[in-house]
Amino acid sequence: MSLLELRRVSKTYGTGPNEVHAVADIDLEVDRGSLIAIMGPSGSGKSTLLTIAGSLEEPTSGEVFIDGDSLQKMSHNDKARLRRRTVGYVFQEFNLLAGLTAVENVTLPLELDGVSAKKARLAGLAVLQELGLADQAARYPDELSGGERQRVAIARAMIGGRHLLLADEPSGALDQANGEAVMRMLLSACKQGVAAVVVTHEAQLASWADRVVFLRDGRIVDRTVPPPSAESLLQTGPQP
Amino acid sequence: MSVKHALLGLLSERPKYGHQLRQEFEEKTGDVWPLNVGQVYTTLQRLERDGLVESDEGDSEGPQKRFRITAVGEQELAEWLMTPTDLTVPPRDELVIKVLVALDIPGVDVRRVLQLHRRYVVELMQQWTRLKDDEGRYDFRLAFVVDAELFRLDSVIRWLDAVDGRLKREASEPRPASADIPILRRRLAVRR
Repeated sequence: MSLLELRRVSKTYGTGPNEVHAVADIDLEVDRGSLIAIMGPSGSGKSTLLTIAGSLEEPTSGEVFIDGDSLQKMSHNDKARLRRRTVGYVFQEFNLLAGLTAVENVTLPLELDGVSAKKARLAGLAVLQELGLADQAARYPDELSGGERQRVAIARAMIGGRHLLLADEPSGALDQANGEAVMRMLLSACKQGVAAVVVTHEAQLASWADRVVFLRDGRIVDRTVPPPSAESLLQTGPQP
Repeated sequence: MSVKHALLGLLSERPKYGHQLRQEFEEKTGDVWPLNVGQVYTTLQRLERDGLVESDEGDSEGPQKRFRITAVGEQELAEWLMTPTDLTVPPRDELVIKVLVALDIPGVDVRRVLQLHRRYVVELMQQWTRLKDDEGRYDFRLAFVVDAELFRLDSVIRWLDAVDGRLKREASEPRPASADIPILRRRLAVRR
């Protein structure tokens, strides 16, 4: 069973002549352990798709299932709980709270969910350690580099064993090395059983994914097929 | 790619045998560009003829011959490194030509042609990225080669996206009349 499933999801803004179809007839399944990239230009509906998948926005029609449960049949409270416990978001601008240290930012979702401060802190330090940020735990966001801030944001998205990661242009303004580090991190989370969806307009980031879905004008127009092993490149690679 | 200069580079470390040069060339370029022995020896012969390398005197021909770089060879290598690679003439890119041709064929959905290529290139990039993820972290030379390939393919995607965007805008905004085409374009065409 897919961890995330979108069935004929559409989102329309405005009415009559002003009607805009942000996304239309989207079918998408994301299994545990897989990293999916949604690629498309600005205005193609990528971010809308992600916010609908994460229950931050309601589709106009269609249904979203997380772990087999329909979001459309859930109460407001159930959805809020789902967002705290199951879904982790990574945004382009990191969205860290400036007045909290790295570890406090990371543990925030747990504390909001009623976990004791002590337990949350231990869990936060463990995730930071896993992402190579143990030394930065006590630092404030403005004392961290862009790459470190995004890694803290990923730690916050992963804490508490959440198993659906949704990332919107997660490498944002980061340089190539840091963008790559972010993707490696998401990929390694997937190897541990997380399902991740990354929306991006950058092919280099998308190419880290198991599958790439192409979005144009709110519709899925194409998908990659699973690539053959990289060995084939060395056999037929570019000639001198 | 300049096999000639790559061999000079390898010889600048110390004298080497032909088969050794072939092996080192492949290792140092991440095994991405296979080189056959014949190519190595033909190049070495030419380098020797031009005085850029010399071989052990009195030694037998073929694989047993050891080559060393000469002072002229070292100078040539240094000059090559410091000479910008000529990128002034746009390459005759088949994809660009294909899209330009597609524009004029009635009934062809150009955006579909673009997407077909976009998917193909992204699938290739996925394979290169996998290679970098699997092996690039242990072999940084391989990571260099893979990055070069990824950036090249990425530029193809960017071009496809730009064309796609232009076609979309074209539908809503009229093109300038041909009289408005700047003179520079004609000059560029002449230069090509």
